[in-house]
Amino acid sequence: MAKRTPKKTGAAKQPVRAAKRAHNGHDTQHAVEQFLYRQAELLDEKRWQDYIDLFAEDGMYWMPPEPSHATWDGMPAIFAEDKNLMTVRMKRVLHPDAWSQRPLWGTNHVVGNVVVERESPNGDVVARSRFHMMELRRDDVRHFAGLYIHHLKKTKDGYRIKLQRVDMTNAQAAYDYVLQVWV
Amino acid sequence: MLHERIPNLAKFVEPDRVRREVYTDAAIFEMEMERIHERVWIYCGHETQVPKAGDYYTTQIGRQPMLMVRGKDGKVNVLYNRCPHRGSMMCGDRSGNAGEFFRCSYHSWTFHHDGKLRAIPMMESGYAGTRWTRDNPDCNMKRAARVENYRGFVFASLAADGPGLLEFLGRSKIAFDDICDRSPEGEVEVVPNCFRMIQHSNWKIFLENQLDALHPSVTHQSTGRAARDVELEIEKRTGKIPLSYHMLSAFSTVTIEKWDNFQTLNYPYGHCILTGYMGLRPKDPDTLEYERVLAKAYGEKRKEEILTTNIHHVLIYPGLSVQSPLQQLRAVRPLGVNRTLTEIWHFRLKGAPEPIYRRALAYYNLVNSPSTMINADDLENFWKAHQGLSSDGGDWVSFHRHYGRDAEKDGMVETAPNCGTSEAPMRNQMKAWTQYMAAGK
Repeated sequence: MAKRTPKKTGAAKQPVRAAKRAHNGHDTQHAVEQFLYRQAELLDEKRWQDYIDLFAEDGMYWMPPEPSHATWDGMPAIFAEDKNLMTVRMKRVLHPDAWSQRPLWGTNHVVGNVVVERESPNGDVVARSRFHMMELRRDDVRHFAGLYIHHLKKTKDGYRIKLQRVDMTNAQAAYDYVLQVWV
Repeated sequence: MLHERIPNLAKFVEPDRVRREVYTDAAIFEMEMERIHERVWIYCGHETQVPKAGDYYTTQIGRQPMLMVRGKDGKVNVLYNRCPHRGSMMCGDRSGNAGEFFRCSYHSWTFHHDGKLRAIPMMESGYAGTRWTRDNPDCNMKRAARVENYRGFVFASLAADGPGLLEFLGRSKIAFDDICDRSPEGEVEVVPNCFRMIQHSNWKIFLENQLDALHPSVTHQSTGRAARDVELEIEKRTGKIPLSYHMLSAFSTVTIEKWDNFQTLNYPYGHCILTGYMGLRPKDPDTLEYERVLAKAYGEKRKEEILTTNIHHVLIYPGLSVQSPLQQLRAVRPLGVNRTLTEIWHFRLKGAPEPIYRRALAYYNLVNSPSTMINADDLENFWKAHQGLSSDGGDWVSFHRHYGRDAEKDGMVETAPNCGTSEAPMRNQMKAWTQYMAAGK
């Protein structure tokens, strides 16, 4: 599908806000959806560096253990990773002696119910969506599902993730084995 | 029936090797639950998990679902999670507040927080003339035979006899002294989050791994090297290495040879200590401030004693692994012969500066959370160990490493110098196992 270029939205040049949103909202919705689908695809294709590159320099991947948590700072977290830690994770799974990575292992993400919650005049977006991930490892299938909240920064190269919050419905359930990479 | 299949358990364990059935035989597992887990002191939880009257937390002792509950008198009780009427589980949630009393969801029998019967619907009209009377102890929720609390850590035993908690813990009680003494107030409180992970392997495989100093540089080399790469890049950019990276990179920088410099101390009842290596006393402003607070609370001499306590891991057999300098513990709950649950908790040192908590939190998140890059490879190895032991490819598990070089003194077995990777902890655990199993029910 052809990728649409999101319209330039210089903050000062927005005369009629409601009209702009009505018009631009459609493009934003489309651009955000494409971004989320692309992100899911990178995970399923194990293109870890490309995935990390979707994050802004100060971007964070955060999976709180429960929805009431308002910050990862000073709180227990399932994931709370900046790009440096994400790079450690990537290097680990790519290492030939990451024993747990040897067996057949793969995932399939489906992302939907995409709602653009907020769009700032500079084009930054907060969007929520629902995901479902099926994972196969050896002969075992696991399912993880939940809510993504993306804080996206608009750049000339498209969106970059300032924060990806992942509220997993099964976050509090006992984990049969671990989560090796980002959900 | 079950016991006839296992005529002589002594044949299964020799000082330097163990039969594979000890890990894989379902009948032996049932005997272990009966003779070990459902007799000895098992860690239930920390008292701060249940701060208010009526607060409860479910837990497990051997195969028994239990409740840890705070009474109105402030005492923590440990009860079987079961209504004496028709056997229904009393609390179906993992934790909560029971209110003024427990109320069974099936027929509305109610019980006080100490398990004593409060009321039965139609007690007079329905039960007059039966042997189900208020003074019948069977009308109460059953209590654990013994409950003891050491510095906030609650243990229970389902057997009325046996050594008291402190006698049982012996020198391993240092796990709780170390974690509490590191607080200027001498107390810790739990952070209310429990990560739970299931491993597809026998419970003993996890315990044996805890003090297996040979495995880290093999199992965790991929994570160690990845963290080392990134920390060197960060150092180049900023001139500093964050301590949290050190927690991971140590797995590659501490080589097999270096691990032999550490030591394990092996005690009666299967408990063991691995001496420390984490370098958790840097000279940064946060640590210095913490040391100042500790010195104010305890005096300079005592502060030094506390901060030089040489512990990485304390294993309290058969179900608890404590990392006191990092304020965390893992409780081991066997689910079946080849399935084991670990419950992972961490603690705040009351009165200690926030950065000291942050250090423990970094370890909790990086090493002990469900996204752990460390246990990912451990659990893979445990699974493979259990699979291999299920085969007829061999009969024995070898614990020969540095066998014969252990030094026995003051009732404990100390590994000889430069024998840190000795399999003494496994031999010590199996020695305790044999004694428990021979003692019977």
